[in-house]
Amino acid sequence: MLAKRIIPCLDIKDGQTVKGINFVNIKSVGDPVELGALYAEQGADELVFLDITATHEGRKTFVELVKRIARELNIPFTVGGGISELRDADALLCAGADKISINSSAVRNPNLIDEMAQHFGSQFVVTAIDAKNYDGVWTVTVNGGRIPTDRELFSWAKEAENRGAGEILFTSMDHDGTKNGFANVELARMTGMLKIPVIASGGAGSMQHFRDVFTLGNADAGLAASIFHYREISIPDLKTYLRNNGITVR
Amino acid sequence: MDVVIIKYNAGNIESVRNALARLGVDACITGDHARIRAADRVIFPGVGEAATTMAYLKREGLDLLLPRLTQPVLGICLGLQLMCSYSEEGDTPCLGIFDERVQRFRPAPDREHADKVPHIGWNNIARLRSPLFDGMADDGYVYFVHSYYAATGEHTAAVTDYIVPFSAALHRDNFYATQFHPEKSGTVGAKILSNFLKL
Repeated sequence: MLAKRIIPCLDIKDGQTVKGINFVNIKSVGDPVELGALYAEQGADELVFLDITATHEGRKTFVELVKRIARELNIPFTVGGGISELRDADALLCAGADKISINSSAVRNPNLIDEMAQHFGSQFVVTAIDAKNYDGVWTVTVNGGRIPTDRELFSWAKEAENRGAGEILFTSMDHDGTKNGFANVELARMTGMLKIPVIASGGAGSMQHFRDVFTLGNADAGLAASIFHYREISIPDLKTYLRNNGITVR
Repeated sequence: MDVVIIKYNAGNIESVRNALARLGVDACITGDHARIRAADRVIFPGVGEAATTMAYLKREGLDLLLPRLTQPVLGICLGLQLMCSYSEEGDTPCLGIFDERVQRFRPAPDREHADKVPHIGWNNIARLRSPLFDGMADDGYVYFVHSYYAATGEHTAAVTDYIVPFSAALHRDNFYATQFHPEKSGTVGAKILSNFLKL
C-alpha cells in the first residue's frame, strides 16, 4: 500500500540550512548535506531543499550543493527557489535533483508549468503554492508570502494540475510557523478536487498534527522544517506514532 | 567491474551513477555500442516520455543493440517500460524484450481523488521472484514515480498493488527491470543494485 510521506524541508541560503519563523528572523541550523543524510538515515521519505538565495553567486553555490546532495543521499529530493526558466530546471536536474518546485515564477507565467511538464514530464514538476486567507478568500501569495496576488488558491491549484503539475505543495501562510497544526480544512477541500498528490506544509508542531493532516486533510505527504531541525520530533518516533494510529508509513 | 549506464537524451541518470558509486562502482555513462557490448553490466535507466525516447533509441541504433545483449541488463522505470512490447504512452511499439504491455493507470471514476496519478512515493513489493531480490523479504518499501505501468505476466518478478496489481519488476534470461527507482530506494534499493552487480 502506498505510504504517506514525511518530508523535512531545508531552506538554504548561501549553501547553509536556515529556517525562518514566518519567513523572517532567519537562523542557521546546519550543513544541508549532513542534515539531509541524517534525515534519510532516520527514515525521511523525501527531502525538499529550497534555495532562498537571491544572488547569482548564491545560485551557482546551490547547483554545486545539489550535486553533493545527490551523491550522498539515497532517497528522492526536490529542489526549488528561483527557478524561472527551463534552463534553471535543467541545470538542477542535471545536478541530480529528482524534482523541481516552482512557485512565484509559475504564478507570473503559468505557461512555465506546461513547458516544464512537456520537457521533463509531469512527475518532475511540483507546483508550490503559498496562500493566505484574506477576509475569507484564500489568496495566492508570491515572494515568500509577502505579496498577495489576484489568484484564488483552489482555482490556481486546479489550473496547475490541468497545466501538467505532478504534485502540489501547499503552504498555508496563516499556519506556517505557528505550530498549531496544518490547514486541514483547506487541504481536505484541495485533495477532494485534485487528481494529483498534495504535500501539506505549514503548522506542524506535534505528532498529532501529522496524524490529522493525513486523516482530516487527506494529504499525501506532510512537510515540516523547524520541528525536525530543532529535534522537537524525531522521524522514527513520528513513524511509530503514525503506524500505531493506523496510517501506512514506510 | 565494468558497468555501463546507457546515455539518454534526457533525464536524471546521474542518480544511478551516484548510487553505484555509493556501492564502490565507478560506472560509465555512454551511448557507444562497442563500450556497451563489452561491459559486464548494462543499466538502462529511464526518465521521460516513451515515444520520444524510443525515437532516440532508434536514431542511435540502440533499439537493435539492446535486445541482443547477453550480459545482465537492468532497466529502470521508463527503461522497464521500453523493454516491454508496447506502450500506450504515445502509442509506441517498444523493444519487445518482455511480452508485457504498458498502459496508463486509470482510477475508477469515484476514486479519482483517492487513487492519484502519477503513482508517487513509497510502496511495497511482493511475490518476489528473481535473484535481484536475494536475501529480501516480501513487502519491503521502494520508491516509485510513474503514470504508466506494465501489466503482470509471465516475466513478472515482483508485484505492487496500486489501483491494480502491476509488474514492479520483470525478469527474463539476462534481462532485469524495475518500475521503481532502486537508486532512490534507500537501503532496500542499494541491496537490489548490489544483487544485480553480483549476478
